Amino acid sequence: MTTLATPQLAVQGFSSLYEIWILLGILFLAGLGFGVANVIISHILGPSRKGNVKDSVYESGVNPVGTTRDRFNVRFYLVAMIFLVFDVEVLFLIPWISSFNDSRHPWLHAAHGPLFLSVVIFTVILLVAYIYAWGKGVFKWD
Amino acid sequence: MVGVFIAHLIFALVMLGMVTGIIAYLILLERKTAAWIQDRIGPNRVGPQGLLQPLADGVKFILKEEFMPIHADKILFILAPIVIIAPALCGFAVIPWGGDLAAGTALPKFLGGWAFPHTFHVMVANPQIGVLFVIAMASLSVYGVVLAGWASGSKYSFLGGLRATAQMISYEIPMVLSLLSVAVVAGTLRLGPITDLQATYFSSVSFLPAWNVFTQPVAFLLFVTCIFAESNRTPFDLAECEQELVGGYHTEYSSMKFALFFLAEYSAMITGSAVAVALFLGGWHLPWIDQLLYHGAQPVATGWLGMLLKFVVFWGKVIAFLFFYMWVRWTLPRFRFDQLMNLAWRGMIPLSLATFVMASVFVYLRQEGIIEHRGWLLLGNVVLIGIMFAVTELRPADSGNRRMYVLNSRYNPIPASAKAELESAV
Repeated sequence: MTTLATPQLAVQGFSSLYEIWILLGILFLAGLGFGVANVIISHILGPSRKGNVKDSVYESGVNPVGTTRDRFNVRFYLVAMIFLVFDVEVLFLIPWISSFNDSRHPWLHAAHGPLFLSVVIFTVILLVAYIYAWGKGVFKWD
Repeated sequence: MVGVFIAHLIFALVMLGMVTGIIAYLILLERKTAAWIQDRIGPNRVGPQGLLQPLADGVKFILKEEFMPIHADKILFILAPIVIIAPALCGFAVIPWGGDLAAGTALPKFLGGWAFPHTFHVMVANPQIGVLFVIAMASLSVYGVVLAGWASGSKYSFLGGLRATAQMISYEIPMVLSLLSVAVVAGTLRLGPITDLQATYFSSVSFLPAWNVFTQPVAFLLFVTCIFAESNRTPFDLAECEQELVGGYHTEYSSMKFALFFLAEYSAMITGSAVAVALFLGGWHLPWIDQLLYHGAQPVATGWLGMLLKFVVFWGKVIAFLFFYMWVRWTLPRFRFDQLMNLAWRGMIPLSLATFVMASVFVYLRQEGIIEHRGWLLLGNVVLIGIMFAVTELRPADSGNRRMYVLNSRYNPIPASAKAELESAV
């Protein structure tokens, strides 16, 4: 682990690769603490007056009708499924990027032809799926 | 090496304070901009020119009553605003705010005079996957929206949450692809080096800065559109459109819980603008004037003065971009939901894929040694725009998107030909 990481870490002056993630973790905890503290403070300081009418959900001033946990349009499901396909595809592209245009490793630079070809094939396959989904009317909202 | 860690930690906390402070004043800026555009005065009662308004807003939010509907899922209802604010407040961690501090730069005497043993990147952290981190933090906010919409138990919230989710996940794909087409040309996923590469000019005789907005304008347009949609801002604010859904996913929220959603939205705006500035608008690069100051390219690693200059330039660009956000909000009307989804799935996703493939082709040809100059990338973008317009012309017309003429309307009157047809039908 030290062999690969050392040259870059020396530039940053960190003693361990994990220090970056500890920093980001501290920042995340600070954000979380900000949220929790605000919720608690306003819970303590704010007034609280309850009542039957007040506790019902807001539906433009009339009594709530029916239930909220009901069936909804199937198109949202289709969008979620197609999104998964594209999101995973994008995740594949991220490691590809860091190896495609990498001048530090000569063996990666030598392989840039096959690497380029692979992403072209990858995109074409994705495009076929995209055109199929379009033809099936997945993207049709009216 | 503890000193380096502590320096980063202090910088992180300073930036956290700075970002939250700027968020508070952004809300004032938003109201002032709205007032300016609508020819009103705007908030001017609290403090001079209304400058203390954010403080008054904050105190009022804290002192207001909390409200929770009786049918709400209690745990998720309380969790949602916390879930949305935490990632929103750490998205800015990987932004290169001010280039580098050169090794050996010392703190002032009264602070101990400690010198940085290595080059100090003026950012909270510089992970190898900076772009991925930005994307991850931006897309985590969708959880807060889903939880808020579902847990409230209100129909408005539910519909708003549903719409927001579909919108945010749809616009995430072109956003990522446009970021990646910049990253593939730079050959790294760190934001720092991507910014550093832009601090130059197209060529030695050209006055055009080599910013990515000039080399890859299509990717920039896609990215700007997507960050508007990701932060649920007009013209993409269908998740909370007042006329249809009252407040969307935060209809049932009040007091500080509501404020957290608000803060998260503005925090996402700041992060989005900062990423746009770092990746497309040259980051801390001060064009033309740097030629006078340094008699050449602006160096990446400088002392305190150079770093402060970069920091101020970066924030200046970010504030200008935030003003652009507000300008758009009070200028453009809202989309319809089918238009929104059509734009994402039938327009922006194929276009962003084409941009990415074109950037890869450029990198491949550059590695082959066939082309060298970054002007070829600009040429490719122009060709891409031409192809896009040609394809749009060929595309069959959308049946669901037709013009509705209104009887006796000044703005959209029935044309004479259609009027004759109508009258003959009657």
